[in-house]
Amino acid sequence: MRINWISIPAALILLMIPSLSAAQDSVENLTPTDDTVSEVVTEDAAAEKTEAQPAAGEPLLEPDPGLDTPGVITVQDKPNNAGDQLVVTFEPAVNPEGIQCYNVYRRIVGEVSEDAWNLVKVIPADEPSEFIDGYDPEYPIEPGVLYEYRIASMSLEEVEYFGPVYGAEIAAEGEWFHTSKVRLLIAGSLFIGLIFYYFGKAQRGTKMYLRPIAGIEAIDEAIGRATEMGKPILYVPGISTISDVATIASLTILGRVARKIAEYQTRIIVPNYDPIVYTVAEEVVKQAYLEAGRPDSYDQDSVFFLTQSQFAYVAGVNGIMMRDRPATNFYLGMFYAESLILAETGSLSGAIQIAGTDAVTQLPFFITTCDYTLIGEELYAASAYLGHEPKQIGAVKGQDACKAIVMSLITLALVLGILDLVANTHTLDWLRNLVTVSIVE
Amino acid sequence: MYDTIGIWVGAFFTLAIYSFLYKENPVYRLAEHLVVGISLGYTMVLIYNTVILPKLLEPLFAGNHWILIIPGLLGLLYITRFIPSIAWLSRYPIAFIMGTGMGIGFPLTMKAYVLRQLEAAMVPLYESGMPWYEVFGNIVMIFGTLAALIYFFFSKPHKGLFFGTGSKIGIWVIMLGFGATFGFTVMGRISLLIGRIQYLLGDWLHLIE
Repeated sequence: MRINWISIPAALILLMIPSLSAAQDSVENLTPTDDTVSEVVTEDAAAEKTEAQPAAGEPLLEPDPGLDTPGVITVQDKPNNAGDQLVVTFEPAVNPEGIQCYNVYRRIVGEVSEDAWNLVKVIPADEPSEFIDGYDPEYPIEPGVLYEYRIASMSLEEVEYFGPVYGAEIAAEGEWFHTSKVRLLIAGSLFIGLIFYYFGKAQRGTKMYLRPIAGIEAIDEAIGRATEMGKPILYVPGISTISDVATIASLTILGRVARKIAEYQTRIIVPNYDPIVYTVAEEVVKQAYLEAGRPDSYDQDSVFFLTQSQFAYVAGVNGIMMRDRPATNFYLGMFYAESLILAETGSLSGAIQIAGTDAVTQLPFFITTCDYTLIGEELYAASAYLGHEPKQIGAVKGQDACKAIVMSLITLALVLGILDLVANTHTLDWLRNLVTVSIVE
Repeated sequence: MYDTIGIWVGAFFTLAIYSFLYKENPVYRLAEHLVVGISLGYTMVLIYNTVILPKLLEPLFAGNHWILIIPGLLGLLYITRFIPSIAWLSRYPIAFIMGTGMGIGFPLTMKAYVLRQLEAAMVPLYESGMPWYEVFGNIVMIFGTLAALIYFFFSKPHKGLFFGTGSKIGIWVIMLGFGATFGFTVMGRISLLIGRIQYLLGDWLHLIE
């Protein structure tokens, strides 16, 4: 069968003629007689034409009905800070349909430019309508400055519908005293007081006992072994910063170890990860050689900075271990994922290894690969053991007293828990509240 | 093109580092020195672009953050280490960092490692409706914590019923905890190894999808 292709568009045109005619009739029917009505209709029609008229080739869109916007915004100063935070609360939109999130904008009162508005927070529509403003370092809150806020409801198509502007009636103010840290102050003062008490007691000449720790007693033996073998000693002070307690403890031990090494005329190698730790370690070793009466034996290249990249540092230290073959390796300080790689290589090189860290996740690796391991607080106590100075021994005794307080409180809680069970009281809650500190301040 | 070169370089250095498992060799040494040197150079550029430029130089030259001159000068004092006669000045920034680090760290440590832990250990052994395993868990936690604390007593000899037996139980509890941590961490490391093998067999050799 032969198809006449020209007849198809012709038929379509014929079908469209009645509908075009009907449309013309409807426009004529809308034309008002009254001038006023005419104006309104004309405006409405123009508006409808703007919203609904699609660009050529695009599908026809439904007119956007708009979204509901949030209500009243209230701003309060957040207590216990440096005057750099405000608590902002707003009434969420009554009709949340179609709202993806709320965009919170802030600017300083008095600024009129639209560019002055900064987006400070995006809150998903289903989340609480309260937040603390001032966390974003890009847009900090200045103390004593008044701000105004406006919130936009953002649609799923990422179109913003702004609510009214609300000016904050109060500005952020800083406080001198953080009232929610009173418990920390009391606990800290108690612990420091106890340490200073025993510190003073030791200085006055009171003899204090320290139980032996195998890892610390092995330090002298390990240095002696390296001396006998004529091989160097490797000392790794961890890969943390100088502010870390474990690093400070490690550097104190380094001083004692370096002094012994200087006396025995052995070589020490101290590769460093942190530049500041490196400068301190260099000073400590230099001072140790001076105290040992052998400043001329100090080798400038014995303490050096390697790199500040974790696994590059490991690669470097491993290379040193396999090339220089130190007889003794010390890993004292703060360690992360590199601990096993270091200690395993040291073990393969045949060195005697002494490790010490307070990193709970790394201790198992040191325990399995090293000859001696100082666990947690043993590392802090090591310098007192090595130095035998009354002040440091007093400090260890003071720390023991602090632990005794903690143990007493846990035991008391245990007893009160049983009492609550038997007598149906709530004494344990009371005790818990005494030591409770908030997670987020 | 560049992606292919990158994959080949990555594969070569992965194998170069793994060659250490056999023994220390020149290929490992090449990889070691390159990674140390490149990481150092990269860190310097990174610190300049993320710290020195945006947090010191830009605000300073913008003219409204003159207070930044103080930390800038403190930082410059480190360079005095190169001049022996005034090298002692470099101790000031070190002292400043140690002091502020300890000052900020003390309350945080007190809170996270003492008070929060203490609060977590203050739980009732039993409450109505509590399953038996939770009761058992509470008993292990409370007595385990007390025993571990006894182990860390340095000023008393570990003898007798309280300190002797207590510290022995304490070291058992600590070792059991370490065993669990060891297993957990090894699992993480195995996943890292799998990642490298996937890179070699997939991205490089295209043997696996």
